[in-house]
Amino acid sequence: MVAKVKNVGQPPLNLTESLYVTELVRGLLTTNRHFWRNWLRRKDTATLEYPDRKRPYSPRWRGLHRLMLREDGSPRCVACMMCSTHCPANCITIVAREHPDPAIEKVPASFEIDLLKCIFCGYCEEACPCDAIRVDSGVHAQPVYGRDEAIIDLADLLSRGSQSTSKQGGRSL
Amino acid sequence: MLELILIALAKCVFLFLAFLLGGAAILSWVERKMSAVIQDRIGPNRANVLGLTVFGLFHPIADGIKMLFKEDFVPARADKVLFFFAPMLSFVPPLLAFMAIPFGPPIAGREWLLVSDSQMGLLFLLAVASIGIYGHTLAGWSSDNKFSLMGALRTSSQLFSYEVGLTLSLLGVFMVYGTILPQSIIAAQSELMWGWLPRWGIVTQPLAFILFMLSSIAETKRAPFDLPEADSELVAGYSTEYSSMRFAMFFLSEFVGILLVSAFGAVLFFGGWHVPGLSGDAWWIVALQVGAFLAKTGALVYLQMLVRWTVPRMRFDQVIGFGWKYLIPFGLLNLLVTAVVLAVWR
Ligand code: SF4
Ligand code: SF4
Repeated sequence: MVAKVKNVGQPPLNLTESLYVTELVRGLLTTNRHFWRNWLRRKDTATLEYPDRKRPYSPRWRGLHRLMLREDGSPRCVACMMCSTHCPANCITIVAREHPDPAIEKVPASFEIDLLKCIFCGYCEEACPCDAIRVDSGVHAQPVYGRDEAIIDLADLLSRGSQSTSKQGGRSL
Repeated sequence: MLELILIALAKCVFLFLAFLLGGAAILSWVERKMSAVIQDRIGPNRANVLGLTVFGLFHPIADGIKMLFKEDFVPARADKVLFFFAPMLSFVPPLLAFMAIPFGPPIAGREWLLVSDSQMGLLFLLAVASIGIYGHTLAGWSSDNKFSLMGALRTSSQLFSYEVGLTLSLLGVFMVYGTILPQSIIAAQSELMWGWLPRWGIVTQPLAFILFMLSSIAETKRAPFDLPEADSELVAGYSTEYSSMRFAMFFLSEFVGILLVSAFGAVLFFGGWHVPGLSGDAWWIVALQVGAFLAKTGALVYLQMLVRWTVPRMRFDQVIGFGWKYLIPFGLLNLLVTAVVLAVWR
């Protein structure tokens, strides 16, 4: 089947347009107007001088992950692997170890998130049974020099953490 | 004798160092800033000294320092001698041509503000300025690079074509004022027509002014006639293989060229340093007149920059065709009409 072709011709130039000179003058007047409007008061300038001034983020902006803390400052995470199981990008790697307190079963020995794989969907936050991981720090991911630097570890995650108000099981402190 | 040499040296230092090199450096800032403002951007404003940015005016200095410390690259199969001399050959002639441009009136009967008061007058300017073509052509030829060679070919054909148009547009002015000496032309332009209109070149030779502007934009190799260094096709044209200060010489020669044609246009078409109704020898009058000359030059520079950032680049056959089919016939027509009118008038 031959596709139907619809030819859209250029509208013919009228006399003043085909003279070129009038259009040239019109162009010069346009650039001239922009110059005088912008050079002192920047009326049309859309540039944001980025590192000095930042555009406000949307309230739905998540930012980097963080791991929440108990009242005594230890991580709330019990290394249940729910988040890493549920993660669609499969980017959470948790190594668990025993918690010294017998009332709490496990605690992560290491907790790594590969930011290059993460899609910031927030499913880890939804899956977590004890409000240990949150994707709400509002911190923008920094550019890095190598791929391995894009993997954030337990200490980094905890450094953004704060206490959660929700109750958690185990022996009360 | 010694006095004459000292005076000439002083003039040269004032002209070359203060006006031309400073002016060219500032023009490189003006060009970047103006293009930014026209396109609704902000432009360079980051270079600072102790936190002071002064609208980005330190950028030319930073550029100069950067240029000095860049590697001075010479292609392995380049013609070393020509490669070495080409940038100088393109840089020096536009500087030399300024010797024929008067910056102000004679003070106490002596030309303090004109470097060379020779009888060649503005012909000297035309002759010297066209030597610069050799610099660009040889640069392209000696680099052993096909883009450079294409740029050199385009430079030579375009510049030789528009040289004709440029000279034709000037002949009308020379005929009207009956002289080629810059100070005499300015003196003739300071007369009044019908008691109120100064007899400036733009009034007596309006068509010549348009032709002059067009061909001078082509002579300075700027858009819409920037084919010799058309970045999108020829990398950087004749200066592709140049780096470091040698590249900076080409870069500066372009801006000195803009200053030159603007000052030339101000002398021929806007009465040079002449301000209507001002005459005398008081120092403030002379200062005002020098200021007027600089202001007229600046206005023409503004016009050139505006054209540069408004009009898209033409195709090469269009450039050459425009030069030969429109510029030169109109120049001849202007010459003919001027001659007839002058013959009837006198
Ligand atoms: S935000 Fe989504 S992709 Fe990123 S770690 Fe959590 S579950 Fe995985
Ligand atoms: S962050 Fe939450 S879901 Fe993930 S291992 Fe720790 S407790 Fe389980």
